[in-house]
Amino acid sequence: MAAVLESLLREEVSVAAAVRWIARSAQSSEDDPGEAAALSPLRPLRKEFVPFLLNFLREQSSRVLPQGPPTPAKAPGSSAALPGRPGGPPRGSRGARSQLFPPTQLPSPAAEVPSARRGGRRRGPGPARERGGRGPAGLEEGAGGEGLPWAASRRPRGSGSPGSPSLARSDPPNLSNLEEFPPVGSVPLGPAGRTKPSRRINPTPVSEERSLSKPKTCFTSPPINCVPSSQPSVLDTSPWGHGLPPGCRSLQEEREMLRKERSKQLQQSPTPACPTPESGSPLPSRIGNLTAEPADPAGVSSHRRLELVALIYSSCLAENLVPNLFLELFFILQLLTARRMVAVKDSDLEPSPGALDSLESPLFQSVHDCVFFAVQVLEHQFQVLSCLDKGTLKLLAENERLLCFSPALQGRLQAAYESSVAKVSLAMPPSAQAVSFQPETDNRANFSSDRAFHTFKKQRDVFYEVLREWEDHHEQPGWDFEKGLGSRIRAMMGQLSAACSHSHFVRLFQKQLLQMCQSPGGAGGPVLGEAPDVLSMLGADKLGRLRRLQERLVAPQSSGGPCPPPTFPGCQGFFRDFILSASSFQFNQHLMDSLSLKIRELNGLALPQPEPSDEDGESDVDWQGERRQFAVVLLSLRLLAKFLGFVAFLPYRGPEPPPTRELQDSILALRSQVPPALDVLALLQQGLRARRAVLTVPWLVEFLSLADHIVPMLDYYRSVFTLLLHLHRSLVLSKEGEGEMCFLNKLLLLAVLGWLFQIPTVPEDLFFLEEGQLEAFEVDTVASEHGLDGMPVVDQHLLYTCCPYIGELRKLLASWVSGSSARSGGFVRKITPTTTTSLGAQPPRTTQGLQAQLAQAFFHNQPPSLRRTVEFVAERIGSNCVKHIKATLVADLVRQAESLLQEQLVMQGQEGGDPAQLLESLCSQLCPHGAQALTQGREFCQKKSPGAVRALLPEETPAAVLSSAEHIAVGLATEKACAWLSANITALIRREVKAAVSRLLRAQGPEPAARGERRGCSRACEHHAPLPSHLISEIKDVLSLAAGPRDPEEGVSPEHLEQLLGQLGQMLQCRQFLCPPAEQHLAKCSVELASLLGPPAQHQLDRGQARRLLHMLLSLWKDNFQVPVPLQLLLSPRNVGLLADTRPREWDLLLFLLRELVEKGLMGQTEIEACLGSLREAQWPGDFSEELATLFNLFLAEPHVPEPQLRACELVQPNRGTVLAQS
Amino acid sequence: MENFPSVSSQSQATLLSIFSQEYQKHIKRTHAKHHTSEAIESYYQRYLNGVGKNGAAPVLLELANEVDYAPSLMARIILERFLQEHEETPPSKSVINSMLRDPSQIPDGVLANQVYQCVVNDCCYGPLVDCIKHAIGHEHEVLLRDLLLEKNLSFLDEDQLRAKGYDKTPDFILQVPVAVEGHIIHWIESKASFGDECSHHAYLHDQFWSYWNRFGPGLVIYWYGFIQELDCNRDRGILLKACFPTDIVTLCHGVA
Repeated sequence: MAAVLESLLREEVSVAAAVRWIARSAQSSEDDPGEAAALSPLRPLRKEFVPFLLNFLREQSSRVLPQGPPTPAKAPGSSAALPGRPGGPPRGSRGARSQLFPPTQLPSPAAEVPSARRGGRRRGPGPARERGGRGPAGLEEGAGGEGLPWAASRRPRGSGSPGSPSLARSDPPNLSNLEEFPPVGSVPLGPAGRTKPSRRINPTPVSEERSLSKPKTCFTSPPINCVPSSQPSVLDTSPWGHGLPPGCRSLQEEREMLRKERSKQLQQSPTPACPTPESGSPLPSRIGNLTAEPADPAGVSSHRRLELVALIYSSCLAENLVPNLFLELFFILQLLTARRMVAVKDSDLEPSPGALDSLESPLFQSVHDCVFFAVQVLEHQFQVLSCLDKGTLKLLAENERLLCFSPALQGRLQAAYESSVAKVSLAMPPSAQAVSFQPETDNRANFSSDRAFHTFKKQRDVFYEVLREWEDHHEQPGWDFEKGLGSRIRAMMGQLSAACSHSHFVRLFQKQLLQMCQSPGGAGGPVLGEAPDVLSMLGADKLGRLRRLQERLVAPQSSGGPCPPPTFPGCQGFFRDFILSASSFQFNQHLMDSLSLKIRELNGLALPQPEPSDEDGESDVDWQGERRQFAVVLLSLRLLAKFLGFVAFLPYRGPEPPPTRELQDSILALRSQVPPALDVLALLQQGLRARRAVLTVPWLVEFLSLADHIVPMLDYYRSVFTLLLHLHRSLVLSKEGEGEMCFLNKLLLLAVLGWLFQIPTVPEDLFFLEEGQLEAFEVDTVASEHGLDGMPVVDQHLLYTCCPYIGELRKLLASWVSGSSARSGGFVRKITPTTTTSLGAQPPRTTQGLQAQLAQAFFHNQPPSLRRTVEFVAERIGSNCVKHIKATLVADLVRQAESLLQEQLVMQGQEGGDPAQLLESLCSQLCPHGAQALTQGREFCQKKSPGAVRALLPEETPAAVLSSAEHIAVGLATEKACAWLSANITALIRREVKAAVSRLLRAQGPEPAARGERRGCSRACEHHAPLPSHLISEIKDVLSLAAGPRDPEEGVSPEHLEQLLGQLGQMLQCRQFLCPPAEQHLAKCSVELASLLGPPAQHQLDRGQARRLLHMLLSLWKDNFQVPVPLQLLLSPRNVGLLADTRPREWDLLLFLLRELVEKGLMGQTEIEACLGSLREAQWPGDFSEELATLFNLFLAEPHVPEPQLRACELVQPNRGTVLAQS
Repeated sequence: MENFPSVSSQSQATLLSIFSQEYQKHIKRTHAKHHTSEAIESYYQRYLNGVGKNGAAPVLLELANEVDYAPSLMARIILERFLQEHEETPPSKSVINSMLRDPSQIPDGVLANQVYQCVVNDCCYGPLVDCIKHAIGHEHEVLLRDLLLEKNLSFLDEDQLRAKGYDKTPDFILQVPVAVEGHIIHWIESKASFGDECSHHAYLHDQFWSYWNRFGPGLVIYWYGFIQELDCNRDRGILLKACFPTDIVTLCHGVA
């Protein structure tokens, strides 16, 4: 590798040829034969070149970056930590490579320690993996760390092993010190608290400790494999079971040669610009007050060499030969903002003048070199830079170094800044909104039993109760989800017995998830649970302070970095923890089913085709809507896929990859049997074919980011990764033109894929291993020329929403301006590429036949909004039609059912008979009428659709187009409505009738009047009558006085009673505030009042008053009460018995009352006779029975006398009657 | 509405409501003590002795007062005990309730009178009181409905909601949400009682949050007032008022 680089530097080989060589395995005709000759012997090394180059640059920059923010890809600290060997420490087992900059004391064991560390660090991933331990914390977000075994540290791959031997020797303290060495993902970035174990690209703070981290060779896996390692075979197992790559032998030889070469020139290396002996103390605290060394173009040591390296590096970037574009940009910006060069021992690295073009002298000999190199690369990356947000552009444009080194680039950036309109807006924190209750899906008819219905009712409430509690507490220190809510959640899940309840709950859960974690796609834009990035909104000068404050406030610091591990920020944490705490197999299965279905549905959604942009602003308006719709769909998909991945891989997730090859093989054998939760491979293939990668890949990446360690080794997923790698390589940003993906679409895909390649569970060597088959990647996209990929569906906002880690670039620049960089140094997060929506969403092939084809053809040349409108109208009208039929035809039938039922009830008496039978007979009578639904539905659609289409289409739509559109809308609406109606109308009628019947039967007893048309008061009534509650209360007082006990002076005056009855009359006429239960009670109380008028001792009434009151009551009963009055109570043993205790007994009023009841038709003669008859059967004192018998006879004797014969009673009991009169 | 309490009677009604709530709390606290089998037996014996001496005396009522228990509840205890003794099967709840509602169904005339006396003399429990409470609640719902109609706010009432199969139904769901004092309101619940801590928490748990869970934020009107500190969930979507709000903002339709 070094040889290749050297030949480049010596210009024996052109950069273009080299890149061709790297990117394509075959020689191309453009190659100069001489170059080809130079390169061909190195062929086996081809795929190692890029990792080599990247590591080389990281290493070279290690003296510069320790001061500044950590380099993402490589741990800058490691080099600084090297005692006395600042320049290019050998990378441990990597042997040959490390000798590029052979240390003076090279072969000594002492030297090996540092080098080993280096090796580990060198690709950013190294440290990240180490932090694997943290990984879980990241994912769990401090939720108690139960469970998610994130694969932590290293995998058993041989590739990771280079440093391991030395590791064993080095003191192992720091890894565990998370404070000092926060896992890459755990640096406190912002309020979002995203702590994740990000792997490779983590910006690591420079410190000694870093060296302890296990080496993770992220890019370099293949070469590493071949390193003869003293480690046991564990490390040798390559993930895919590959043996040593063929190139390894030559690599070693090469290294050996270089080492010798180098030792010759040893003493001549140049003195570093700033010989501050700082190397050994790279503590986190260091950074704060360092002032930056000025950079001066005049101080650049070797322009040509730097230019060449920058060129080859840029070419690799351009060809997507590096795993993560944004990570490299981050690195470049780190170089740009490097503060000063770490001191180097004089003896080291003095380049001999002649060595300048070779690799023997350090590439970056001063800050000037770094800045020069960075600016060179940035010039090549202008296109990407210009897509960054306004804030970043501003910081870049205002960077004085950049201005100084390339005024031209600065000018372009300034222009880009000024013309940039896009602004990444702050997302509103999502607030909990409940999923609304929808009768269509949530009412009783959707449940198998009353019990299931009511259980689910309770569960919904428990779910939200838990959610509210979480909202209140989850940010409090010491609060623990599982402890606080776990048992309640499990108790609730335990009640979900029926499968149908599970699906209801899952629907609620999923809807709530989408609702809470995806704020509505309004102006603020959708942000998936990411907390607002306050930092980016602030001026750079305040950043440092704010960040320090934040560090103090937020206990577990979340560090983004350019490649944060996957997390569940914000509300997502609730749903993750809920799943974990519920630990319900059934729930998980239903959830996976539901998520998969929804993902398929959204992924297949026919997203609107954008209008051809030939028109003016108006299409732009439409376009906004389409973009927003695309963004909403994309973000929903990502969220759902993330949770699907989480649940699907949950059972397999473990802290570490399997320790031995044998174990791994057996796990692989087992796992390969398990069908994937969702056929992502097929979906990906479809997506690529239909040119919808921009929609499919981002969610697929989310899904895969939660996979366990084994997943990438399974054949099935391996194919997925291979496809993704191919796609990644094909997304060359500089290619433009017909059939190419839009620039931002590509950028989104590059960002998300780059991020995925850095996830700890994705084998780090995957990226470089797959290279061999790249040429074979030809997606057949002929089928759909206008896929989403070619449409500008991704905008900057979406890019940043999906890939918040791109914002790390801005933070890095900002911290340079503010003069202080947080101790975590750079902040780089993951970048998720977004895709564009395809133009040609194929209409769903629901309609068949020629007509359908004609309709399709009709739409083909019309603006897409026309189709959307028609489909929308058809969809709505069809649905409204069904509702209309329900409200008219079905409601009529229900009314018929009710009256039929009433009749039947009357016929069969109150009992009614078996409800099921009743229902059957009703349905058999009524269901045939359902046939009318189709006719009525057709009429409805015909009537409603055209108007709606007309209202929604532009006025200027040509008449013919309009009428066709109307026609199609009518047809589609009718089709939709009739399809539904013919399938469901019978069941619908049945259901509604059944509900009505049970309602009716239930309501049967207590309040028959409630159903009838209530006779209300006249319009003129001002509702001044006393309130029913007041009257009941008053009457109750009277009754209690009557029933006693009472003081001697207490009593009810006749005037009061009269007034009360008068008020009762008024109230019964007004009825405004009257409800049936109150009326029933009033009726009953009025009867009791009447029976109290009889017994004389209880009030001071004369007979005339008593009779007047009875008349009032009779008229109330007859004319005012609308509920049945329980008049038979008058003759209940208890009420009649009140008379028994009185002396003298007063019968005449009772007789009068009975006669009046018959007279007014309030009670039938026979009814009264029956009551009297049963009265006589009761146990009475002897004389009382006698009198009762007399009363009975009297009543029978004079059935229809209009004027009651009061005297009759007196005749029987003359003295007593008079006594009453006198009292 | 003139027939609704004026300011002074409002505070009287508030006091009554508070008294009733306090009394109910008291009864709840002592409920268990009156339901031990020993207590029941002793009450029943005292009842029998009492009516044995004089069936017309207010035996049961005085017993209830003496032991500081609600007369209706005491009547229920004795009635249950009585029926246990006189029927083969233990009486069902619905039979007991029905007898309390209509004591003439009680087979024993003396007991019927005693029970009736308890029921009509009880100010906080019993079917009559329940009915009064229910009526008061209904009256305020009607009042609220009229106010909504007056303000032209269209709504679905409880019956309509129930007919559609809603599992939890506030008094009114607004078909178009409005803002009250800056808070969005989807539903309104009328409570014709004083909102004290205990009842409010019970309502929150059983009703208000359930409404929120289904329909979003809403308004509760405690017509007899409430403890101010309870109105702490405004931002979370439960707003408390002691009267119909005056500051209502409705959705404007395209003012151009």
